[in-house]
Amino acid sequence: MSGSVPSQRPAELRRQPVRLLELRREIPRRWYLGAGVGFIALFLIAWIALTAGQWVSPIFLPSPLAVLAELRSQAASGVLWQDLWASVYRIMVGWVLSTVLAVPIGVLMGNFRFFEGLFEPFIDLVRYMPAVAFVPLTILWLGVGDAQKFAILFIGVFFQQVLMIMDNVKTVPREMIQVSYTFGLSQWEILRSVILPAAMPGIWDTFRITVGWAWTYLVVAELVAANVGLGYRIMRAQRFLETDQIILGILIIGLLGLFTDYLFKWSYRRLFPWALQSR
Amino acid sequence: MIPSAKLQAQRVWKIFGGQQEAEVVAVQDLSLHVGVNEFVSLVGPSGCGKSTFLMMAAGLESISAGDIWIDGKPITGPGADRGMVFQSYTLFPWLSVEENIRFALKKSKLSRREQDALVREHIQLVGLEGFERAYPNQLSGGMRQRVAIARALVYKPEMLLMDEPFGALDAQTRLQMQELLLNVWQTHRTTVLFITHDVEEALLLSDRIYVMTARPGRIKAEVVVDLPRPRNLLDTESDPRFAALRRQVLTLIREEAQRAAASGEFAGAT
Repeated sequence: MSGSVPSQRPAELRRQPVRLLELRREIPRRWYLGAGVGFIALFLIAWIALTAGQWVSPIFLPSPLAVLAELRSQAASGVLWQDLWASVYRIMVGWVLSTVLAVPIGVLMGNFRFFEGLFEPFIDLVRYMPAVAFVPLTILWLGVGDAQKFAILFIGVFFQQVLMIMDNVKTVPREMIQVSYTFGLSQWEILRSVILPAAMPGIWDTFRITVGWAWTYLVVAELVAANVGLGYRIMRAQRFLETDQIILGILIIGLLGLFTDYLFKWSYRRLFPWALQSR
Repeated sequence: MIPSAKLQAQRVWKIFGGQQEAEVVAVQDLSLHVGVNEFVSLVGPSGCGKSTFLMMAAGLESISAGDIWIDGKPITGPGADRGMVFQSYTLFPWLSVEENIRFALKKSKLSRREQDALVREHIQLVGLEGFERAYPNQLSGGMRQRVAIARALVYKPEMLLMDEPFGALDAQTRLQMQELLLNVWQTHRTTVLFITHDVEEALLLSDRIYVMTARPGRIKAEVVVDLPRPRNLLDTESDPRFAALRRQVLTLIREEAQRAAASGEFAGAT
């Protein structure tokens, strides 16, 4: 009854029941991961059941085994590696071109009202124009080579990316900039050593999201006038009703998208540990 | 002009809007001065323009009419002669406590070793030994404001401008921080212009208090805080003179609140 007696930790603690469906409640990690893996497994089982039971014709939906066989034959013949490299190369160049321009322009727009006024109306106009519709134009302008593919990826990514970077920069609190002035820094010094580092985690997240979009624009870029690439393989397979090739292509693009997303998330945690929410 | 004044403001106006928008008079014909090594507070109802005035004194907001001088020279923009502490947390989250404080010395010509010594000295001054390598997201609100104070002092500005620096803290932490600031100021005398709406806080810390009117903000009264120094939280606040001054200042502020209410003014409207 008295506070002077040192309290001893009870040997046994009460077991808490697992409550899965309660508003905003944490759940055990194994349940969280297990549910995600389980759902994918369920999807695969449904796929196998549908195809093995002859419910649908293989022309519409080939079995997972047929897709695997396709993967093996493409890997053996080297077609897969050619396609992969061609697509990854296009994505890298297209996305890097867009990013190299979007970062400085977005940073200017986020910091100077003049640049925002200068560029935003034009960008707003262009960003709702469908990238697909630029395919004939870009072929006319740039021919059928890689430059045309870069252009489509650029059009698909740049105009959104630049606005997102502008917003990333605008989230830097005004007081953080004001206090930097009182240390005697010039506005360019503040831009470099306060605004950019403060906005960098947000910009990194924009990179992650926009590189994902680049993957989805890949098929558009390789729609016409390509003779190699993952998107091209899908378009060609459509002509010959080779659904196993189509599904394989879609899966590979999906997995590569997931992989780049993960890469950015992982590097984010490495580069900006200070920006992670402390729990 | 008052010769001994560190900061002097004469007939300062701040008017927002104009042209197409409706004009808002935030500060009206405000004159005040802060002497060398004097601690002066500006109190008033919220929205009275006291923060706007501080931003003008910092050179971060333009002056619509009138003049503010530092050491007899008119303000032309922000400068390292005036250190600032804000209510919101302005630490750089990608820098550790130590690096945040050192950041303020970016423009200093001191050697690396001298800078190290200054940083260490100021970490001790605000009682953050052992947290040198912590990052802001690992610190409590009170600790963050300690860093902000150390950072504003480390480059030895000639005066400090503080905009409700403890306004976002819980009551207990707030008292601790008031004592900390009191001790820091009593040992390292410097000129301070302090904005608050907390009357006890202003009385505990200040040599003089200016009470502002409701918007448009003017100086309503000047109160000299003739409490003996050195002060401390417990003794000073139990001094009968403290109670009398508190009553005086609260009465002035209440008059303003009532006047504002009577003139049909509500938040956001003029």
